Amino acid sequence: MSAAGVNPEPGPDGGQADSGAGPGDESAAAVADAHRREWAFVLAATARVAGDIDLAEECVQDAYVAALDVWSRQGVPRNPGAWLTTAARRRAIDALRRDRTLRGKLPLLIEPVAPVAGSSPPPAPAGEDDVIPDDRLRLVFTCCHPALAREAQVALTLRLVCGLTTTEIAQAFLVPEPTMAARVTRAKKKISAARIAYRVPGAAELPDRLDAVLTVVHLLYTTGHMAPAGEDVVRGDLVERAIDLARMLRSLMPDEREVRGLLALLLLTDARRATRADADGRLLLLADQDRSRWDRAAIAEGLALVPGALRGGRPGRFALQAAIAALHAEAPSYAETDWRQIVQLYDVLLAAWPSPVVMLNRAVALALAEGPEAGLAQIQELERDGRLAGYRYLPAAKADLLRRLGRREEAAQAYRAAMALTENSAERDFLGRRIAETGGRPGPGNGAG
Amino acid sequence: MAEYLILIYEDENAYATASPDVFQEVMEAHNRFAQQVGEKGGKLIAGNALQPTPTATTIRGDVVTDGPFVETKEALGGYYLIDARDLDHALDIAKLCPARFGGVEVRPIMVFPQG
Repeated sequence: MSAAGVNPEPGPDGGQADSGAGPGDESAAAVADAHRREWAFVLAATARVAGDIDLAEECVQDAYVAALDVWSRQGVPRNPGAWLTTAARRRAIDALRRDRTLRGKLPLLIEPVAPVAGSSPPPAPAGEDDVIPDDRLRLVFTCCHPALAREAQVALTLRLVCGLTTTEIAQAFLVPEPTMAARVTRAKKKISAARIAYRVPGAAELPDRLDAVLTVVHLLYTTGHMAPAGEDVVRGDLVERAIDLARMLRSLMPDEREVRGLLALLLLTDARRATRADADGRLLLLADQDRSRWDRAAIAEGLALVPGALRGGRPGRFALQAAIAALHAEAPSYAETDWRQIVQLYDVLLAAWPSPVVMLNRAVALALAEGPEAGLAQIQELERDGRLAGYRYLPAAKADLLRRLGRREEAAQAYRAAMALTENSAERDFLGRRIAETGGRPGPGNGAG
Repeated sequence: MAEYLILIYEDENAYATASPDVFQEVMEAHNRFAQQVGEKGGKLIAGNALQPTPTATTIRGDVVTDGPFVETKEALGGYYLIDARDLDHALDIAKLCPARFGGVEVRPIMVFPQG
């Protein structure tokens, strides 16, 4: 639709005469699109005016409802985000005028100054006359403040930055809805009661604070990428939200190398999404995936980001993981993958990020570079270390190496240990087949592994 | 500005067996901290060390018993009440608070609406 301009008159009473504009479907699609693209911008800008997250959320929701009505009659505005922001902010101002007690007893702590270290946000979309400042980074950093528990950071980010409902978040994390609602409420309460400021951290704190933000986005991705429970291998909704968030961060902080690294990592990993399960929804490992069906556009976009993420000082953990993902993406086949270079990258990654999960991944790569025994020795060491107790991919990786070494009974036992640790039915099905193979049939392993 | 309580939780045994030198160091660290709060742009409103938990008496209902409210390895051993701009500022200050045998907890003071 065209030239509707930005002149929001939200609310059933504010609408103008029906201009007979286009079909409702089109405006509904535009509202849905604006929900996905603009929610964070609209809420972040409204929070500043409302001074209270709950009030801001309410006003933004109302603005979207009003958009459904107004856009269907007057057409979709040229700048939907600005229309929605103006509508939501007006509602907030009206609400505050009507009812002084709405001024939160513990208001959101808004800082007037807006210096943003290490980033150069793009110009905000033009509103009516005034330029609405882009507060999305404030919103993100507030949601991911280290004083909030990780699970609260994740829930708040989905709720406030992505605009998901509590029901949707509860479903995504397989948590009862009241539990998720309580988690979100508690986190919001802490933001106001402890006075977590609505601001982007200064240069000194930025690296740590940014790492927390990136960790939340990455966690969202991995939860969707390999759902811990449920029917599907991949939860498309969570995966796409995570990529959206990474793209948003990249646009807001174009100079941050780790942001670039995270986006590259997600794109390169997600390029394989369609091939991670077969036609029957059964899990396919990297070795067995049809590489011709990998998303070449996503790979190209991811690869283009990697050099900039690695260059200019010691690379961070997301940049290094992206570099590893890039080697996989570029390899013509599993066998022709440059496993030695992958092991080397894992060594650098371990120095930057001494995580037992990284050690496990390194062991798997080592097994491919130097043979299963080498990898198995590392995995057994990790087992003794104990930090990965309860992590399902440890026994799964061990089982795979044992299977390739022909130690079938031990392999079956390890597969069973992995099975006991997952509720994801695609994974259980995969492990069940492996148990049958190793426990049931004689002869050398018949899967490529 | 808002008020925050910095609660210092430490292992009492560590103090019970500490040398005079250690005590001296701890005292100096606390004196330094009192100064640093102001340098950081905050305000020190109050602060005290507590006698160790064997001196504590607990009352539940009207039953009086010997000992602290909760028996833990790291016990509340002192506190500071400070004024800070926001949580980040309070945490920035609290990071300087000496607690070599434990750590500190930062709690916002509840503000009751007037009227």
